[in-house]
Amino acid sequence: MDVILFLIFAAIAVICAVNLVVQTHPISSALSLVGVMGALAALYLLLGGEFIAAAQLVVYAGAIMVLFVFVIMLLNAGREQKSKKRSWVKFAGIPLLLVLLGLISFLVQSVIPETEGVTLGGFTHGTALDIGRALFTTYLLPFEVTSILILIAILGAIVLARKEID
Amino acid sequence: MNFLILSLIKAAIVAFVLMTTLAYLQWIERKVIAHIQLRVGPRRVGPHGLLQPLADVIKLLTKEDMLPSHVNKVFYFLAPFVAVTFALIAIAVIPFGPEITIGPVHTYMQLTDINIGVLFILGLSGMGVYGVALAGWASNNKYSLMGGLRSSAQMISYELPMALAIAAPLLMLNTLSFRELVNGQAGYYLGFIPRWAIFQGPFPQIFSFLLFLIAAFAETNRIPFDLPEAENELVAGFHTEYSSMKFAAFFMAEYANMVTVSCVGTLLFLGGWQPIFPAALGSNFVPSLVFVIGGLICLYHGFHPARPFDRITLPIAGVVFLGIAAAFVAPVLGPILVPLFWFASKVGVILFLYIWVRGTLPRFRYDQLMRFAWTFMFPVAVANLMITGLLVALTA
Repeated sequence: MDVILFLIFAAIAVICAVNLVVQTHPISSALSLVGVMGALAALYLLLGGEFIAAAQLVVYAGAIMVLFVFVIMLLNAGREQKSKKRSWVKFAGIPLLLVLLGLISFLVQSVIPETEGVTLGGFTHGTALDIGRALFTTYLLPFEVTSILILIAILGAIVLARKEID
Repeated sequence: MNFLILSLIKAAIVAFVLMTTLAYLQWIERKVIAHIQLRVGPRRVGPHGLLQPLADVIKLLTKEDMLPSHVNKVFYFLAPFVAVTFALIAIAVIPFGPEITIGPVHTYMQLTDINIGVLFILGLSGMGVYGVALAGWASNNKYSLMGGLRSSAQMISYELPMALAIAAPLLMLNTLSFRELVNGQAGYYLGFIPRWAIFQGPFPQIFSFLLFLIAAFAETNRIPFDLPEAENELVAGFHTEYSSMKFAAFFMAEYANMVTVSCVGTLLFLGGWQPIFPAALGSNFVPSLVFVIGGLICLYHGFHPARPFDRITLPIAGVVFLGIAAAFVAPVLGPILVPLFWFASKVGVILFLYIWVRGTLPRFRYDQLMRFAWTFMFPVAVANLMITGLLVALTA
């Protein structure tokens, strides 16, 4: 059952990711990205990271992508113009892509040490309690530093936006 | 019993009750608003217009399904599906009552209890905006587009105070699962003041309840925040180009969202199915009493009819009410129905508030709406959360 669900959501994620690149209209691409986020959330849930799954849904699919879609609609962005492909791209594109994928998978296999792999549902430390405890004890300093970084980014955004209004 | 069969039965019951509620909520809304405006409301189809929802459904199903020529077809069809799907899924994590026993079967009056129930609802409400935004954009019409844009901006803005308002009772009750939230609100102060989150120490959550209600009105696109479909500016906003069942899907999504938000408010702030005063003081007999009084009033007016039809309809209603009253004190049904009564009555109060506000308040202007969210709601919600957190930390 777990494996079937994994395959379904993995397939959705990959198909949406490919669709994201293939589509020429920004709205279609953005919605494909929402599909990727949703499928990833389901995969996290299958692995037992329930808080991460919810955060993925709330933050990425629910908040960030809504903002993307909003901006695309507001600017009323049209279809992308397709540039003329050069002739060698048509022939060399797919072989080169395969070579790249092969290299990446080889690198990943050689760099990452061998593990027992992941079992679905085997991870039990994904609750909100565990995440909160880890964030505020073990990883307190990185967490606070990131918070300050985000605060600075927000202030920067406000300063930049205000300059344009004046 | 098999988990699958049990889940299917529960899902069927919940789906049936939810659909009926959605249909009749609209009838209740029309009746209540009619009475607020000194009209009588629908009363042509069936006694007191009780079959009006059925007639509406048949009308919507059989109307011509128009497909405008200028729309983006894929997203035009996708939008109502998205809207109604995410609106209906949310009911899966809402608990309606405690654990019940029917013969050999023990089960919870809930489809599924997940540890992150509250976050799940927040996630779904965030996804629901795609339906409205896409509908507005795919219709390829400036009024629809304005509606879609307003809706997404409004949802993004009001989700912040809503999430902050929800976080405060979670801090006090220390869980994200709806069932445990309600269990955390059991018991009474001094023997009669319920320990609901809006009364519970160290910091009664009355402010976050009000913030939650206001944000909920905006999240569900209801008056006074229904700018996405403001009919005197935008024709009908995001669903201008939709007809027949696709229009009905948006309508259903709006009412389903209202029901979900009312359920969440009840569970988080009003103690779910916990009665308003303890069973020791006789709260188990309140539902029976309510229905007995209702039944007797119906019978009295049935025997002194003001209109010819009342001679038939009101005595029937009276006998049905008395039967329901008897069911509440029956040995097996009673323990199931009484918590359900408390839950449904609290949800009903919030839903009535929705309708009441629609009947009395005018619509905001768009800039007022945004300024209200960012300069009033957000700071108050942050202050409320900080005070709650401080007091919880001090008393823990």
